[in-house]
Amino acid sequence: MLQAVGLSCRRGERRLFSDLNVKVEPGTLLAVVGENGSGKTSLLRIFSSLLPPEEGSVLWDGQDIHQLKELYAGQLTYLGHLNGIKDDLTPLENLMSATSLAGEPCSNNGAKEALEAIGLKRPIHHLPSKVLSQGQKRRVTLARLWLSTRPLWLLDEPFTSLDAASTSVVTQRLLAHVQRGGLAVLVTHQEVALPAERLQHLRLAG
Amino acid sequence: MNRSSMWEAVSGIIKRDLLLAMRRRSDAAMSVFFLVIVASLFPLGVGPEPAVLRTIGPGVLWVAALLACLLSLSRVFTADYVDGALEQMVLVPQPLAVLVAGKVFAHWLISGLPVVLLSPLLGLQFGLDGDPLGVLALSLLLGTPTLSMIGAIGAALVLGVRGSGLLVALLVLPLYVPVLIFGAGAVTGSMAGVGGEANLSLLGASLVLSLFLAPWATAAAIRIALE
Amino acid sequence: MNWSKYSAPQAFYPLAGRLIPWFAVVAVALMGVGLYMGFFVAPTDFQQGESYRIIFVHVPAAWMSMFLYVVMAIWAGVGMGLNARLSFMMAQAIAPTGAMFTFLALLTGAMWGKPTWGAWWVWDARLTSELILLFQYAGVMLLRTSIDDMRRADRSSAVFSLVGVVNVPIIYFSVQWWNTLHQGASVSMSTGSKMAATMLMAMLIMTVAFWLYSIAVVLARVRCIVVERDSLPVWDEKPAVSQEVAEVR
Repeated sequence: MLQAVGLSCRRGERRLFSDLNVKVEPGTLLAVVGENGSGKTSLLRIFSSLLPPEEGSVLWDGQDIHQLKELYAGQLTYLGHLNGIKDDLTPLENLMSATSLAGEPCSNNGAKEALEAIGLKRPIHHLPSKVLSQGQKRRVTLARLWLSTRPLWLLDEPFTSLDAASTSVVTQRLLAHVQRGGLAVLVTHQEVALPAERLQHLRLAG
Repeated sequence: MNRSSMWEAVSGIIKRDLLLAMRRRSDAAMSVFFLVIVASLFPLGVGPEPAVLRTIGPGVLWVAALLACLLSLSRVFTADYVDGALEQMVLVPQPLAVLVAGKVFAHWLISGLPVVLLSPLLGLQFGLDGDPLGVLALSLLLGTPTLSMIGAIGAALVLGVRGSGLLVALLVLPLYVPVLIFGAGAVTGSMAGVGGEANLSLLGASLVLSLFLAPWATAAAIRIALE
Repeated sequence: MNWSKYSAPQAFYPLAGRLIPWFAVVAVALMGVGLYMGFFVAPTDFQQGESYRIIFVHVPAAWMSMFLYVVMAIWAGVGMGLNARLSFMMAQAIAPTGAMFTFLALLTGAMWGKPTWGAWWVWDARLTSELILLFQYAGVMLLRTSIDDMRRADRSSAVFSLVGVVNVPIIYFSVQWWNTLHQGASVSMSTGSKMAATMLMAMLIMTVAFWLYSIAVVLARVRCIVVERDSLPVWDEKPAVSQEVAEVR
């Protein structure tokens, strides 16, 4: 279970939110919504432990994530708004180096299947990533979700520059994840088509 | 997390960076060309007097190698910082300092090692021969990894900061002073016939110290930069 | 008296204000005494004549320059360890004073060098170390001013100060080593002659005076920093805006 206790966050001179409390139970997805600049991404970065909160703490199964350190990193897959895709590597190489760095190395075939699952056909797998479109690059990043066995997913605007078909494929994947008892926190502008009992919204006021 | 998965993550980083360097060979070639050009400028500025060139040779070559290392430093983390790969590296279930050490090692293989290999050739330009040439290469072999390790701290501190190219030089160059002294001293010593052993052991000690301390400082600086 | 309450910048501000005049007055008085003893009471050096008297400024300034760097690094380390804002402010406030003393040591070193060595600058081991120390102070201050985000500026310059404090002794050793290899200047300031009791006394008094001066100036600077950061709209105790920040639907 992921729990935020009395979080407050300030970026530069602006206070984004304070005394924020929220709980994400296993098997559910938290969609963080709000205007631009309301602190959605900062909240996700606090959840990921990249950004220490100004006050309060984030608990994973009751323990502070800043004490768990690497143990916590072993529980999560974080995909930020940056893709982390190298232009000079092929989608296949990008995916495989990302997963092996994350400590979940996958086979060549596993990576190919993941890329196909998100709708990237085989010929694309061996092109340099610089020729891909924005949406295709995003999909290379999101293909990691098909290879991740981590219980907690933190995704920043996963649907950005995806077409309707890909959006629904990713949504299906999210549903499968929460049905297996996984947790997810999503920053998004779009509605997430999940059953209501699995979905919780957090609205940040600007 | 066990030792083998740590090794896997580190070797993964090294392999990826070497692969990237293979795809962009010009990047790796740049610091070597820089070294050659800077080293060639000195005889043009000072004059071709062999005795003078022999005297300034060790110092000039070491300063040139140091600047070459410095210039290539800005590339260690910048690309990863901009495209988000650095975030992923921080969130790996392994100690960040170890991953940083791997990354710096890959960077040294790409931009430091060629400098070491080329140095005897440049030494000939300055009238060095015999033992001093070997000592020059050996001192650079021990010294340039230290330069990369120390420089990585500076490179991480200035990530995303305006005017970072110049700033990293101002931060890092004073820290390079001991390495420069020991390195150039080793070559000068061997030319003077007193041998470079003492200086070389000091270079080795600096390398060990920097291997133990610098990755932690770099990791701290990366975390701060990503907040 | 509960000292920990002064670790909050707002509580520290008035305390510092009350302390500054005392430190300043004693510093000026001691400086007067020390300079008088150094320039008029201490005997003339039989080797170097009157020109040696600059050491009553030079040596204490050089000591302070190194001492303040260590103090700055300690505050930086405390700031990193405890995440204490006041510690970072102290580190920030010390840097310019430390740089000033480093510069003073270099300047007086050059003034002493001209009559003694016949040159304004000699690559003497101590002077060279001071020069590199000045570069490091400059690095700390430049790094801070180049970063807009206050939190990052604090922490980044703290990391650099700590790296520097590991390096200062190594640099000092390496420069000494280099100097013996190249047979630098043979006359050194502290070995110039045996020190008379009054000379030592004057030097110690000057050191204490510089010390108190540094405290006064640093406290004054911290007060400025508190005001500067305090005036930012976010940093007050009550919530900046009474909005409904998060609502769970």
